Amino acid sequence: MTAPVSIRNATKTFGEFTALNDVSLEIEAGEFIVLLGPSGCGKTTLLSLLGGFLSPTRGTIAINGRDMGDVSPSKRPTTTMFQDYALFPHMTLRDNVAFGLKMRKIGKTERHAKACELLDMVGLKASALKKPHELSGGQRQRVALARALAVEPDVLLLDEPLGALDLKLRRQMQDELKAIQKRVGTTFVHVTHDQEEAMAIADRIVVMNAGKIEDVGRPEDIYMRPKTLFAASFMGEVNFIPATLKGRDNGMAEIDSMLGSISLPETILANDALPDQGPMTLAIRPEHFRGVSTGAERMTLGSAKIADGAFFGTHYRAHLAPIAAPDMVITAHMPQSANIEPGTMVELSIDLASIIALPGHPQTPADPATQG
Amino acid sequence: MISSRFSKVISWAYLIALYGFIFLPVIVLVLFSFQDGRLPVPPFNGATLKWYGEVFADNRLMAALGNSLMVAIGSSLVACVLGFCAAYGLARFVLPASRLQRGILIAPMTVSYLIIALGLLSTFNWIGISLSLWTVGIGHVVINLPLCFAIIYASMGDHQKNIERAARDLGAKEWQVMTQVTAPMLMPSILAAFFLSVTFSWDEFIIAFLLSRFDVTLPVEIWSLLRSGLNPKTNAIGSVVFLFSIALLLVLELLVFRRTAKK
Amino acid sequence: MAAASLEDQENRKAWGFVTPALLWTICFFVIPFIVMTAISLATRTGREIVMAWNFDNYITFFEKAHLLKGLFVSLEITFTVTIISILLAYPLAWIIAERVPQKWQRMALILAVLPFWTSYVVRSYSWLLVLAKNGVINNTLIWIGVIAEPLEMASTRSATIIGFVHFFVMLLTLTIYANLVQMPPNYRRAAADLGANGFQVFWHIVLPLTLPGIMVGAFLTFVLCIGDYITPQILGGNNELALPQIIMLQLGRRADFPMAATLSIVLMGAVTLAYIACARWLKMERT
Repeated sequence: MTAPVSIRNATKTFGEFTALNDVSLEIEAGEFIVLLGPSGCGKTTLLSLLGGFLSPTRGTIAINGRDMGDVSPSKRPTTTMFQDYALFPHMTLRDNVAFGLKMRKIGKTERHAKACELLDMVGLKASALKKPHELSGGQRQRVALARALAVEPDVLLLDEPLGALDLKLRRQMQDELKAIQKRVGTTFVHVTHDQEEAMAIADRIVVMNAGKIEDVGRPEDIYMRPKTLFAASFMGEVNFIPATLKGRDNGMAEIDSMLGSISLPETILANDALPDQGPMTLAIRPEHFRGVSTGAERMTLGSAKIADGAFFGTHYRAHLAPIAAPDMVITAHMPQSANIEPGTMVELSIDLASIIALPGHPQTPADPATQG
Repeated sequence: MISSRFSKVISWAYLIALYGFIFLPVIVLVLFSFQDGRLPVPPFNGATLKWYGEVFADNRLMAALGNSLMVAIGSSLVACVLGFCAAYGLARFVLPASRLQRGILIAPMTVSYLIIALGLLSTFNWIGISLSLWTVGIGHVVINLPLCFAIIYASMGDHQKNIERAARDLGAKEWQVMTQVTAPMLMPSILAAFFLSVTFSWDEFIIAFLLSRFDVTLPVEIWSLLRSGLNPKTNAIGSVVFLFSIALLLVLELLVFRRTAKK
Repeated sequence: MAAASLEDQENRKAWGFVTPALLWTICFFVIPFIVMTAISLATRTGREIVMAWNFDNYITFFEKAHLLKGLFVSLEITFTVTIISILLAYPLAWIIAERVPQKWQRMALILAVLPFWTSYVVRSYSWLLVLAKNGVINNTLIWIGVIAEPLEMASTRSATIIGFVHFFVMLLTLTIYANLVQMPPNYRRAAADLGANGFQVFWHIVLPLTLPGIMVGAFLTFVLCIGDYITPQILGGNNELALPQIIMLQLGRRADFPMAATLSIVLMGAVTLAYIACARWLKMERT
């Protein structure tokens, strides 16, 4: 009950508007894929293409090697778990979960047994005869999951299923979702705009923006070594330092940044989109300024003056003004023991390996650091 | 706080005065239906059920009552089914000129019944269809269809769209979605539309008057009673109709609105 | 890529749902209307209707004083009824929404529209009972000794107006009440907080916000009132004929179908004008 999915050059336009622009993606059987991006990035459109609620304007979608061109939603080996759960309000939970089986003309005893089994899996066996309006948000979400899984789809599509839950419940449901996915082995395609949720559950994350895929990879790769400015800033807080690549020489790259000239090993610049010369950006996550030496090779970007700071529990979050560029604001996490008195001078010291080199310049240099 | 008390007194006085105005004719109607005498006007001579007896013994009235029920229920059923299907099609799918379609469906609501009746009368005359309860029924569907369509269309929210999508996604065919998901889900508004149609049709005069010939509905029969002037029997049949409507209203309130209010 | 996309397939199905209702409305509403319009261009010779395709009937309408007067009588009655009904219903809706305790409001509303459920014909008859020469009011007044001779109240325009107002006060109370309660209470709190007194709150906040609802109710009143035959026939009598009464007269005694159709189109024209005025006003309010 699992299958690979192959999306080739999918494009979807609504009149003048291009919701999805030439997207290709291969999903392995049994993978937990998360489509991540801001609203309007095309992730939900892509999910609707997979579910058969929309047809691609161009391009193809194949599930288990079979082209889905004109296969209607009811005939596809996919089921969707909707953001608002879309439970049938007039049916009991058991009838909700058994609905798909009923449509497949499976006998009453058998489908009720199967429904109870699935309700048991999501921990709601005792409520089988309740109606959806008697449940809490988290419980409804579980019923929706059980209902979608009851017909044993090859691919389960999840449209921001945790969006309506409060934070604590959301974290708990993430773990459950992941555990259930491992158990049933179905391919899961999950849409969200919450990068923490994405990292918590995904085997691979697909970062999307403006109808295109920005980056694909394991959560740690996307966070630590994003391929674009957008992916870097969407995955978490980051400082962008505009720079210019002067040239590559002997395995080292010469870079002119706003914080002075530096040379970095070519390995840091392992991004195909980076030119040999020209505009680039150094991206550094705030926690990498924390100055905990792990024995790795470190470097300094000069010193900076603390402008202000606030205590965040695990760390101080401080705004720094580099001496080399006093107008720039660097956000850094500092140890709980740090002195964050405004005016204090600190060294901008980082692990060499934690520097991310990205092509292009951020459009508004000050903005991306606060995004996310 | 004198002014506040003063305005309170004024408010309640106004309330009572207007309720008095609203209820005056009904009270007079019901009270003098028990009049022991030939005229349903003061002084009240004493109570009798004689006029009710006469009403129920009047074959023409009873036949008209049966006709009215038949036309009301039949035309409301047709209007509800047509209205529901149209609402489903227009709310759930993207159709060309959907604004125009909605406009056409709603249009009869903005036209006087008299004009609808005249139009149908001209057309039936022209084609040579003879008048009967059937033609009355057709006319009543024309006036109730926009009502049913509007009520059911308004209750079709986008949230339910996803619920229907889910059903389709789980393998339901279009008719299964309609009968097993959409209709049960919208049952309160469908019932409301149905009962409202029944009362409208039940009460309708001018279409029934112009489009019927030998078999007539109750309002038309009452109309012909009025020629005899003030008569306690007319009071009695009026009271019966009133009671019937109130009973229907109660059923509606208990069955439909209570339940939706709870949800 | 498939010839027809999934969305297109879905939408083709939708025609199946909409078509029956559309066909019904077109066959039994749109076409009859066209037929009637055509007949209004015909003439009656004896018992026969001859298609003349001219506007003679419309010219006759404007030439014959008693026909034209019918339109004006109808318009006067309708406007009077609409205004009086709004003036009476607004305070009632306000009192129910503001002064009646929350849990009794539903009951109060149901009570206020209870007589709505008497048969329409019967309702007019009930008012006849009240207003007739030997009706409740006259008999009571004579009995008390206030008057010696019965007052002439039935078969007057006032009787028609009273009958109509009775009906439309109920209708308007409902629509205005619905408007009043769905207005967020914070608007009024904010206005009061900023220093507005009771009257100012009403005049600057409540009234403008409920005006669209009133206009919708007023339009409904207009349409139902101007096209009604029963109330003027039972309560107004034959002294002064409203347009629907004249139409019925053409149909019945005179069997002049083309003239009845012509008058109906005129009636319809009046309603359409009211609708356009109302729609334009609502649009203006919104922008």
